[in-house]
Order: sequence, then structure tokens, then C-alpha cells
Amino acid sequence: MSPALQGLITIFIGVGGCLAYFYGSNIFLDKVLFPAKGIHAGRNINRANMVRPWLFLMPALLALGLYLAYPVVETFRLSLSERLPGGASQYVGFDNYRRMFAEDKFWEAMRNNLLWLLIVPAAATALGLLVAQLTDRIKWGSFAKSLIFMPMAISFVGAAVIFKLIYDARPADQNQIGILNALWLQFDGGFGSVLILRVLPALMFAGFAAVVGYAAYLVGRPIVKPAAHVVEGIALKLLRVVGAVLLSWVAVLSALNVIDSATLAMPYGEQQTWLTIPFWNNFFLMVVLIWIQTGFAMVILSAALRGIPEDTIEAAIIDGANPFQIFFKIKVPQIMNTIVVVWTTITIVVLKVFDIVFAMTNGQWETQVLANYMYDKLFRSNDWGVGSASAMIIMLLVTPILVWNVYNARKEMR
Amino acid sequence: MADLKLTDVAKVYGGGVEVLKNINLDIKEGELIVFVGPSGCGKSTLLRMIAGLENISGGTLEIGGQVVNDIPPAQRGIAMVFQSYALYPHMTVRDNMSFALKIAKKSAEEIDAAVNKAAKILQLEPYLDRLPKALSGGQRQRVAIGRAIVRDPQVYLFDEPLSNLDAALRVATRIEIAQLKEAMPESTMIYVTHDQVEAMTLASRIVVLANKGIAQVGTPLELYERPENEFVAQFIGSPAMNLLAGEIVGTGAQTTVKLATGGTAISAVPTSTADMGLKVNIGVRPEDMVPCEDCDAIYTGKVDILEALGEVTLLYFEKNGAADPVIGKLPGIHADMRGQTVSLRAVPEKVQIFHNGKSLYYR
Repeated sequence: MSPALQGLITIFIGVGGCLAYFYGSNIFLDKVLFPAKGIHAGRNINRANMVRPWLFLMPALLALGLYLAYPVVETFRLSLSERLPGGASQYVGFDNYRRMFAEDKFWEAMRNNLLWLLIVPAAATALGLLVAQLTDRIKWGSFAKSLIFMPMAISFVGAAVIFKLIYDARPADQNQIGILNALWLQFDGGFGSVLILRVLPALMFAGFAAVVGYAAYLVGRPIVKPAAHVVEGIALKLLRVVGAVLLSWVAVLSALNVIDSATLAMPYGEQQTWLTIPFWNNFFLMVVLIWIQTGFAMVILSAALRGIPEDTIEAAIIDGANPFQIFFKIKVPQIMNTIVVVWTTITIVVLKVFDIVFAMTNGQWETQVLANYMYDKLFRSNDWGVGSASAMIIMLLVTPILVWNVYNARKEMR
Repeated sequence: MADLKLTDVAKVYGGGVEVLKNINLDIKEGELIVFVGPSGCGKSTLLRMIAGLENISGGTLEIGGQVVNDIPPAQRGIAMVFQSYALYPHMTVRDNMSFALKIAKKSAEEIDAAVNKAAKILQLEPYLDRLPKALSGGQRQRVAIGRAIVRDPQVYLFDEPLSNLDAALRVATRIEIAQLKEAMPESTMIYVTHDQVEAMTLASRIVVLANKGIAQVGTPLELYERPENEFVAQFIGSPAMNLLAGEIVGTGAQTTVKLATGGTAISAVPTSTADMGLKVNIGVRPEDMVPCEDCDAIYTGKVDILEALGEVTLLYFEKNGAADPVIGKLPGIHADMRGQTVSLRAVPEKVQIFHNGKSLYYR
């Protein structure tokens, strides 16, 4: 049979089956189970109407149960058991988890996932917000926006292939086809190199350190000198202490990088295999996801920015706010809910990230992430126990963020 | 605390659309000026130009003797109250009111003092730590006014501040604004509205805007009793002033006009013999039309529609081909007059004469 015919038949059976189910089940409910006649006609109609929603929900509930709830339970069961030769399995308690926690590769994946988690949602949301604001009032803004949105249409694997070409390295005597190496080989240690590779990064690190340091100061100040009229709970105070310490630490780290970038010896004139440079290669992979997700953040945040009442902005102009103050004190707070939703949505994508790592490095050179680790264990090592255990870990990490995401999305809809 | 001077102010939008031209206006310190006019006459645009939210295409605007055409809004010494309140939804009432002062880097004590003072005047003290969404419409409007007060501006600008409130609240807030003005006699206020009652009750002077320019500037009663032109005559007052076409047949200290509809009107507007035979419109307000029997009636007609409002009764006479019916407004209840033929007269002091749309009184 031709595949087209098969498709047609599938569609026919699927759609026809749905129609038949809804028609048949409603007929059964109204004519056989609770007929709207006889002495109990009124009571029967009420009962039929109470049952009807469940009739409509049933297919979805069954499908969700079969494809979502059951796998969760089964994965949890598998994570507590070990396969024996011959197909049987045996309960081993938390052995699989213990084995997993003892593996370096798992902790590497955890560390990398944490890095992804900190950087990708922040960068994608910040860039998306920046683009949304900058393209808001210019004529070719919508053209720029469609260009930036385009990567959304590319699959993660496709994007990974594109970026593999960007990071490509060829032997020294051949032409470099990777654009990053082509650029790198332009640097020869002269004045331009010093300017771009030493002064510029140093300035960027210094600027970043200053911004983060100021943020730490803003977060921490109310502990030392509480603002008038504001009473803060102990939990918020604790959060402030932790946040201030964390931010100061990041500020110190990036300040140290200023010295690094000024003194580090650079291998000028040698092509680099970017994806094999430990630690930094994580960032080269993250760029791919940021490139894709910026478009998503931009579209949502652009709509949110348009929704801000023009009056409040004019009032702020009259109150003397400059464009930066208007952006950070009037616009951003008003779309905070949307920003949180975008942020958490990207966070969930990041926790599940698999394709990019799989297609570009497959977790080699210290780029392992949890999802790829799970795939490795489950389908390459055939270690169902540890694979399922890592799947449970991913689910545990995603769930709270998902709950918060749904909570915020609902709050925004109200 | 400053006077305003508008000289030849004009507004032209990008596509060459002219909205306002030749606006000349002197506003003295302490006045409450009301801009009124039909929708789209540019009254809000003019206010926004004074505020600095729209640029000025031509002419000059002076505030306190200083040309401010190119000075940003915050440095013009103005504060604006928006129709939609425009409160910052994420800030408490206190933060809303202190935002401008924080931007201006005032000290915390100074900010506190200003906010508390304004909150006291506006009775907002119990709500200082609430968010705008937890306030009623009237309270929100008071916060918007409070936000203006704390800046201690030279000129207050109000852009239809009451039109988002319901009828009862509108009256109460209108009285509050009048009291506020009384408490700050030296501050200059400019108030845009399309509501005549607001204009008549609040204004020290009203500016009627029409046809891209100013139709008349005057105190509320000047506009009501001596409109400069037919537009103002019909715009101020409700129902609008009756206009009847006719021809001058008697001149002197009093003018006699023979009307096309058959009646004769005598007006206290003086004319000279040169005006004999001039085609004119006479204007009489509905409330000045008094029924009479066997008299020199201005108008005689059959009552077509009758609206008994209790305190007054409105009589709409048969149109007989005219565009608008003649309207009479009688005090008290006269529900039985429908279908009757009634003669109306008016005292000469209440009869205006317009030639080519302009009042002969102002020649």
C-alpha cells in the first residue's frame, strides 16, 4: 500500500474514531444511561450533565495517563531495580543512585547543567528584552525582529550543525572554513590584537564586575540601612544576605579575570579546536541555545512592552526620568511577570537540553549534561537502572521550575 | 506660580496635517484656565504641547518669562494629571508620589515631608502603602493629583481628569479640585475638558477652541451672556442657543430684526443706520424664551416634542424645514403643552445679533 494511502486511512480512522466516540458516548449517556424521560427526567438530565465533562476529558486523561503518568511511575520503578540476565529484574533499593553519585561524569553533568541554567536563560532573556526595546520604535524594527526570530524555526540539531561549521578547525596549511578560526588567525599579537583581545575583554570584565558589584550593593543595602516604611520578613532578609554574598563573589571573580585577560599568553597564529577546550567549550555550546532562544524571548517581551500603557511612560517623562530610568523603573517592573515566565520557560528547555550536546560533542571534553548522560547510560551502556535514576533527577529539577512557571503564567493571564 | 504666554503657537503633524495655528494666549499667575471644544479640536494636543510631550511646530511658549520650546518636560516646572490617572501600577501610593522627587535626588526627609503633606491635603494617609489596584477610581485620581502636588510645580495641567469617574464621583472630585485651587491661590492651572459644567464651575477663564484656533477667551459668564460668534453661542449652554435668520429693519440703541419665520425680535445690541437691511441671525437661549399671549412674539410654533425633566420642561417646536428645531426651556412642569401652538418672546438684553457668524456686539 502506498504511504499516502496509509496516511489517508490513518487520518480517516483517527478523526472518524474521535467523532464516533463523542457521538456514541453522548447518545449512550442521554438515551440509555440517563434518559430524559419518565418520572426522573429532571434528575437524569442533571446527572447526565455532571457526567458529560468527564466524557469529553476521558480520551485526554487516558492518553496523558498512558504516555506521561505511567512512564514516570515505571521510570521510578526501574531506577530502583536492576536487570538480571534473561530479562527478569530485581529490586535493589537506592543502589543505582549510589552508583550514579559516585561517578565523576554525573557530577560533571550536574556542574555543566548548573552553568547552562545560570547563563542561558539569563542571556537569552536579557538579549531578547534588549532587542525588543531597541526595535520598538524604528521603521525596520520588524524586519530585524523577523531575522532574530528565524533561528526558532531551526531544529536544535540543525543549529548544532551550523555552529559546528562555525567552530570548525582545519590543519594549519589549509584554508580555515570555520569563521571563528578564520577570525582568530587574523590576530598576530600586534596593536589590534592587544586592543581587541586584551583591552576590550578587560574592560568588559571590569564593567561586568562593576554592574554585579552594584547589584550586590543594592541587594545588601537594606540589611544594613532599612528603607523607611518597608518591613521585610526574615526569609527575605536571609535571601538578601545570600544574594549579596553570591553577587559579591561573582563580582570578585570577574574582577580577577581583568588581570587574567591582560596577562594570559595567547596562542596567536595557531588554529584552535574550540570544542575541545575544557570548560570554555561549554560556553561555545550555550551560544547555540542562546542564539535560538533569544528570538522566543524577544517575541514575547516585545508584545509585553507594547502592552505597557503609554500614559505611565509619559508621566515618567514629566517626572523627569531619563530613558534608562524609564526602562528599568517603569517598563521592566510592569512586565516582570512576563519576564519571569520567559525566563522559567527557557530554564525548562535548558534542563532538558540534549540535542545540541549530543550533536556537537556528545559529552566529550567535559561538556556532559544530564539529558545526554541519561541517554548514554540508557541506550549505549544499556544500564537501565542508572539511566532511569538520572531521568528522575532531571524530573526533580524541572518540576519546581515548571510549577513556578505555570503559577506565573496564570497570574499574568488574570 | 508663573504666568504663561503663547505666541503664534502652531502644531503641524508629520504628514503636513495642521491641527493648531495662531494660538495667542496670556495666562496670568493664579488663573485656572479651562480649554473646551468639540472632539478633535486640539485641546489635548495644546495641553500636551505645554507639557512638552508634543513638540511645538511654530511660535513660542513662555512659562514664567522663559521660552521653554526646547526645554524637556521635567524642567518646565509643570505637573500633569492624566485622564487614565497613569499611576505606576507596580509602586505603592507613596512610591508613586515620591518618584519624581527621587529622580530629582531630593533627600529622604524632604521627600517624606512633601508626600505626607500632599497625602494630608488629599486624605490619602491611610492608603500610602497600598498599590493602585487596591484603590477606587476616585482615590486613584487623588493619587494622580498628589503626584502633581508633591512636585510643587509652577503650572498644573489637567487632561480631562474626571472623565473616567462615574457621575456622582465626578461632582465630588470636581468640588475637591475647586477647593484645592482655593487652597493654592497662587498656582496656575490649565484644565482640559469636554464637560461644560466643569468648565463653567471651575474656570476663571474659559478658552473655546475650534477650527484650529481660539474661538473666544473669557470668563464663563462672558461666554454665556456675550458670545463673540455663533460657534461659541451654540457650544456653551445646553440645549444650544436658538439661531433664527432675519433682516435688520430698525436701528439705533435697540435693533429691530424681522425674522424669516414671521416674528419680530428687538435686541439691546446697538446698530447704526448703515446696518439697515443687513442679513443677520438672532440668537436667543432656550431659557430666555418666555411664552406669551397677544404679544410681539419672536417665534410662534407648535410643540412637537416635549421633555419634562421636573425642574425644567424642554419644548422642541416643529422644524418646518429648518435644520434644527427652535427649543424653549421653561421652569417647572408643563406636561400638557405638547401639540399646542405657543408664542415666545424675549427681553432685548437677552437677544444676540450675529452677522456672518460674528456678534455685532463686539464690532
